[in-house]
Amino acid sequence: MLSRSANDLFWMSRHMERAENTARILDVTYRMALLPYRVMEAGEKWAEPWALPLVITGLAKEYYAKHTELTAQKVMQFMVFDPANPSSIFSSLQLARENARGQRGSITSEMWESLNATWLEMRSLTYSMVDARGISNFFDWVKNRSHLFRGVTFGTMLRDEVYSFIRLGTFLERADNTARILDVKYHTLLPSIDEVGGAVDYYQWGSLLRSVGTFEAYRKIYRDVITPFRVGELLILRQDVPRSLHACMNDIYEILQSLSDSERLEPERLAGEMHAQLHYGRSEQVFELGLHEYLMRFLDKIDALSTEINKHFLVPDYS
Amino acid sequence: MAANVYDEMRGMDGSVLPHYQSYQAWLEANPPERLVQKRNEAEVMFHRLGITFAVYGEEAGGERLIPFDIIPRILPATDWQKLERGLAQRVKAINLFLHDVYHDQTMIKEGLMPAAKVLENTQYRPIMQGLSVPGNTYAHITGVDIVCTGPGEFYVLEDNLRVPSGVSYMLENRKMMMRLFPELFSRQAVQPIEHYPDILLETLRGVAPLGVADPVVALLTPGAFNSAYFEHTFLAQQMGIELVEGQDLMVRDDTVYMRTTKGPKRVDVIYRRVDDDFLDPQVFRKDSMLGVPGLMKAYRAGRVTLANAVGTGIADDKSMYIHVPDMIKFFLNEEPILKNVPTWELSKKDDLNHVLNHLPELVVKEVHGSGGYGMLVGPTATASQRAEFRDRIIADPGKYIAQPTLALSTCPTFVESGVAPRHVDLRPFVLSGKEIRIVPGGLTRVALKEGSLVVNSSQGGGTKDTWVLES
Repeated sequence: MLSRSANDLFWMSRHMERAENTARILDVTYRMALLPYRVMEAGEKWAEPWALPLVITGLAKEYYAKHTELTAQKVMQFMVFDPANPSSIFSSLQLARENARGQRGSITSEMWESLNATWLEMRSLTYSMVDARGISNFFDWVKNRSHLFRGVTFGTMLRDEVYSFIRLGTFLERADNTARILDVKYHTLLPSIDEVGGAVDYYQWGSLLRSVGTFEAYRKIYRDVITPFRVGELLILRQDVPRSLHACMNDIYEILQSLSDSERLEPERLAGEMHAQLHYGRSEQVFELGLHEYLMRFLDKIDALSTEINKHFLVPDYS
Repeated sequence: MAANVYDEMRGMDGSVLPHYQSYQAWLEANPPERLVQKRNEAEVMFHRLGITFAVYGEEAGGERLIPFDIIPRILPATDWQKLERGLAQRVKAINLFLHDVYHDQTMIKEGLMPAAKVLENTQYRPIMQGLSVPGNTYAHITGVDIVCTGPGEFYVLEDNLRVPSGVSYMLENRKMMMRLFPELFSRQAVQPIEHYPDILLETLRGVAPLGVADPVVALLTPGAFNSAYFEHTFLAQQMGIELVEGQDLMVRDDTVYMRTTKGPKRVDVIYRRVDDDFLDPQVFRKDSMLGVPGLMKAYRAGRVTLANAVGTGIADDKSMYIHVPDMIKFFLNEEPILKNVPTWELSKKDDLNHVLNHLPELVVKEVHGSGGYGMLVGPTATASQRAEFRDRIIADPGKYIAQPTLALSTCPTFVESGVAPRHVDLRPFVLSGKEIRIVPGGLTRVALKEGSLVVNSSQGGGTKDTWVLES
């Protein structure tokens, strides 16, 4: 397939996945902001929840360039509706649709219709409308549109290269997001050792799990209290948890194996290396190194992998 | 004028013609509310499908729907048979003419065509001189604009030989009608058109360079900001071929390659929707970002086929249109089946005088114009518009031609006031490769404003599904 098409489609699914992840992050922030302060005990470190989405996405600087105070409504405006914020849900859905528009010849008409309908509806929404209908309903809508898009893709696309690049975009974006979410919780929320097991701890880690849709999975697997160690294990190493780093790398590695040929090997090699570390790694190693350090290294590698994918497939230079 | 207008449903005297009777019976049985509901449904669906076109002069990336009329235009099979023969004859002659222009120029040598008219035309491409193209086919895809003035009375308005568009609307309109009114298609047998992309692909593969066993075809688009971009993506998808932009192609050793995720891949046939001027910055406009440097070298080396060929524009401007009946007689030794509209060439003194004296009755068009821009419709123009146009004509008469205002036929159309007659034209698409093939019908464009004769979508025109009946 054309490199330009592969690039557009890769970004189409990245943007769609990003919209979903932003909705997840905002949703969990919203829930945390509803928690009564009285669950906190004196001295507990409790970050202002509405700062979280900005830290996770790395957009705090852009936000404060526009807004002086941190309020729910302003963060929502910025992260959901602001067309100048390239990672807002508005922008993500618009970019996903624009990327698809350029490639209508490569995707199925049902995929296009789904993306286009999502964009048309997003374009018609305002903060007050979303607020009136219930903010959580809006996040559910975004997640559902993303599920629908993935489902339509899964259900209608020919299993060829085009499909591979679409999936590649989804899993790279998802791996990136899971790592970021996990890292920020570690940063801002990890309580001191004696608070482990307290109410705040429970809610915070519970919220984290909910934001990536793994709360029920945790219960099912561990049947025990929520601990940072297990959350780390669940979202990094368990390959049966669909948003874990291991699960994402399973797909990325497999896809790159299918896309490689003798002249395009480096992306597969890099992904294989990352995959092996997750596949054969142990939680103890992660926590010995430090969760934050581990995740930072992972994000660097994801970055390097994206660069190699660009160089070999999406924006090749033949001259 | 209105008194002489032929309505394709009600003829001249108001009684419903046989080929519309079944539809009329259905129309009478359906309340207007249902039609309104169906029209709204169509609009929502077209929006959701993103079947839009960009309008030049509107804000960047502005997308608009072409209004779709839910009442079909119905043509009897006998009318179509005549049209089909006439179109095939016309396009065959034009292809022979193009070959002649770029080879022996016998038509000029025999005095049937003024040399200057060809050789000094901006659309004449010297680079094509002496170049052989596969099957001697130049115009692979032709959109011929046709109007009807009475029962079985058709005139050719113009031949679009460069990058004619509109076929995607023809196909989508049919799909929409079948979705909205499946019952209509069981009442009456309508000839199918859905196979157009298949025969287009067959046509394109059939004109690949000699010796290529399994030709790779790509559609070259100027990009997402082109007004016909929807159509480009639509056709590429329907044919299962790559939709490429100039930046996706490169030329190495006189061979054209696409940049793919598996490295460079050879392209044998390019269905290009980019004008000649922008195809190759090494040969044509140097500032073109839409083209492919070296493309013309590969073309001249016979390593790639361009459809349509470079230089077909010579046969589609309005000063050349006048000569198409002569081409048919000269190359085919046949009488033209389809009539030309009588045309005055304002570069000729007598014609100019006649036109200036009869401006209120005539339509004046630019020789190289298209899309309904820069034309004067005498009978509906105001006195001051006519005066202004008169000055423009006098300033540069050679730029214009004039034609009588034809009493274009009308078709019932669903407008705000209900079902009312509106003027229509028809653009069938003629495919030429190893053989000439035409799907029955074409794109019917309709002037939605009462009395208006301008059907162009850029001027507020709409479209209709076109039915050619089985018998």
